[in-house]
Amino acid sequence: MDRRNFLKAVALTGAAVTTIKDADAMSVLTQSFQTTNAAAKYDMVAVLGGEPEAMFRKAIAELGGMKNFISKGDKVCVKPNIGWDKTPELAANTNPKLVTEIIKQCFDAGAREVTVFDHTCDDWRKCYANSGIEAAAKAAGAKVVPAHQESYYKTVSLPKGRSLKEAKIHQAIVDSDKWINVPILKNHGGAQLTISMKNYMGIVWDRGFFHANDLQQCIADVCTYAKRPVLNVVDAYRLMKTSGPRGRSDADVVLSKGLFISQDIVAVDTAAANFFNQAREMPLNKVGHLAKGQELGLGTMNLDKLNIRRVRI
Amino acid sequence: MLKKIRITVSIILFSLITFYFLDFANILPESFNVLTEIQFIPALLALNIVILVALVVLTVIFGRVYCSSICPMGIYQDIVAWFSKKILKKKKRYTYSKAKTVLRWSVLGATLVAFLFGFSFLVGLLDPYGAYGRLVTHIFRPAYLAGNNLLEVIFTSFNNYSLYKVGIYSLGVSSIIIALITLLVIGFLAWKNGRTYCNTICPVGTTLGFLSRFSLFKIQFVDDKCNMCGLCTMKCKASCIDSKNKIVDHNRCVTCFNCIEVCNRDAMKYTLIGTKKKKAVEPAPVFSYVKEDKPIDESKRRFLSATLITSIAAGQLLAQTAAEPLLPKRELKRKTPIAPPGALNFDHFREKCISCHLCVSKCPSHVIKPAFLEYGLGGMMQPKLYFDHGFCNYDCTVCCDVCPTDALVKLTQEEKHHTQMGRVNFIIENCIVYYDETSCGACSEHCPTQAVRMVPYKGALTIPEIEPEICVGCGGCEYVCPAIPYKSIYVEGLTAHNIIEIEQEEVEEVVIDEFGF
Repeated sequence: MDRRNFLKAVALTGAAVTTIKDADAMSVLTQSFQTTNAAAKYDMVAVLGGEPEAMFRKAIAELGGMKNFISKGDKVCVKPNIGWDKTPELAANTNPKLVTEIIKQCFDAGAREVTVFDHTCDDWRKCYANSGIEAAAKAAGAKVVPAHQESYYKTVSLPKGRSLKEAKIHQAIVDSDKWINVPILKNHGGAQLTISMKNYMGIVWDRGFFHANDLQQCIADVCTYAKRPVLNVVDAYRLMKTSGPRGRSDADVVLSKGLFISQDIVAVDTAAANFFNQAREMPLNKVGHLAKGQELGLGTMNLDKLNIRRVRI
Repeated sequence: MLKKIRITVSIILFSLITFYFLDFANILPESFNVLTEIQFIPALLALNIVILVALVVLTVIFGRVYCSSICPMGIYQDIVAWFSKKILKKKKRYTYSKAKTVLRWSVLGATLVAFLFGFSFLVGLLDPYGAYGRLVTHIFRPAYLAGNNLLEVIFTSFNNYSLYKVGIYSLGVSSIIIALITLLVIGFLAWKNGRTYCNTICPVGTTLGFLSRFSLFKIQFVDDKCNMCGLCTMKCKASCIDSKNKIVDHNRCVTCFNCIEVCNRDAMKYTLIGTKKKKAVEPAPVFSYVKEDKPIDESKRRFLSATLITSIAAGQLLAQTAAEPLLPKRELKRKTPIAPPGALNFDHFREKCISCHLCVSKCPSHVIKPAFLEYGLGGMMQPKLYFDHGFCNYDCTVCCDVCPTDALVKLTQEEKHHTQMGRVNFIIENCIVYYDETSCGACSEHCPTQAVRMVPYKGALTIPEIEPEICVGCGGCEYVCPAIPYKSIYVEGLTAHNIIEIEQEEVEEVVIDEFGF
């Protein structure tokens, strides 16, 4: 080996070590930051009475801004509910205006790339188009990726799961640095409610397994996937009161103008369920995956222990 | 010049109609559906008077331009013949052959009689447009989709998401085999002898051939210039030029203009026919048909025997699946097939559908495939709904929009919402909520009319309850039902679609101005 090559090798090794260390340092930084941040400020922000984008702006400002959750250069995945071939007015899918605002704030916080997808129930092309989300996300600069074929999914193991021990999760989540869970609040014939935890069913391939092997347990199990969303943003601008999750007509929809945001997925869903309870009776014990999620240590149903910021616009 | 125009028009129309079938991403707008509507048999079945009159007038003036440039099967044969000329070292020569008048008219007659007796399978099998549609749907399209998927992998690896993967699903053995046989038999005939199919079997060819006897413009010999070199006969893919006697059989001539192009002495002309010439265009006598005409008989025999073997094999396959040991849970068995939206009833549908499978190609939800014997022997290959890979989208009307024969009549979205194609059946002993006592609700989740809804069961559980009267038969519940080995919910077909009444839900004012926690 000549001197030049030797020096090169040394330099490369040094660089490699530095990057690895950097990466470690970064993750430690963000982790501790997430917890300390949550302790210092609020565990949850609930906003009432505004337009979707205005409510999100308010909520994220209360949490200290998107910079607290998204770092420069992050590859971010935003996961709305785009399950149905329905227009935004019918409240079957997440509000596209909210999706736009979240994507914009991700880019403002320095995200390198934002991807958007959902494993839809209706034909995916119709869902993406008619929900308004594809156009909204693309206009905000995000990449809208397909999710209708098994090959887009990667197998991950879920050691903490009880019924569900492994799942195939979409590569956009698996390969992301951060992801944001953006469900819409709806009634659900089987699970009773579909909010943040149930929205995980749009990141997996084999939903049939969930339904066949204790749906409520599987919903809690899949949420134990190691890469948790940095934020759960519940869109309750319109909620679907009855005939969910698909809905039949605008008679199922309530213009409720709410938004809930938290890192604690069980807490944010509990709050949203209580909010829903005002439109139609929905005792928390019926929404079985909440208690099962708490048992698995995913969060708390005891909202009194949390520091919740309530805002009206 | 005429030949160049013919080739240009043919290539354009052929490429467009082929791509229209292949195009899963809707690159071509729906207006291109006109390519299928101008085909002869679809126009006839849809009673599209404007197009029918136009095609007849076109033929009566210019001869069989339809066969030459509009019919995709005709152009497919020209392409095969062109390749055979390029590939075979030996110079390709066609020879004059006598008209197979008896065979042609018998096939046409048999097709017509079968059709009148409600056995439309034969029309579907022999109609060149329908047969070509099946070639594309069952043979070219899977290849096209596979190509797309390959490109997608490459694009995506460069972080480009402009392409997406598409599912390639088996559409049933019988139709694929029939398509393959059609491809090979017609291809073989074209490779050997050009337009044999058009002039011996094709019922459209026979009909238009008959009309073209009276056409105003015809290809004719210029007597004083012709030295009977026979070049025109060698180039005639319809084998209809008898250069020794200077006779063109206009019955079989598809106005390809190859003869005019090749003639060195300018002795072939495409001109307005004079009364004097009329004698010369008499077709060969009826009795000239000779039985020992080997190539045609052979291929026909092969075709028939292959069809027979296929149907036997498929029947056995079917029997095998049916004979699987029964598990304790109840198996669902659809007794009546589900006809696609707009089919009205089986009589209408069976009569009008020529199984071109455009609806099969165009369905975005992959729920249409050819039937085997569900509609009876006469309805073989006609499309039915199945829910292995998806369910019929509530708001989608693509299949009835594209159907060129009106076998599926056009439905507005509103009309489709009120069309009942089938009715839901629920087998409670197969249901997960019943035997596992865990939540599910997948069926109700997908039900657009809530003909399946979840009602309180034990504890916090809810269980499906059905209301078949408001079921549209989309199959969402059947597709998604996770119960194994047998689904607990399925759609039973109807021989006649119903119009259903769906009650308007009452809007109840709900105002929320508290957090609720």
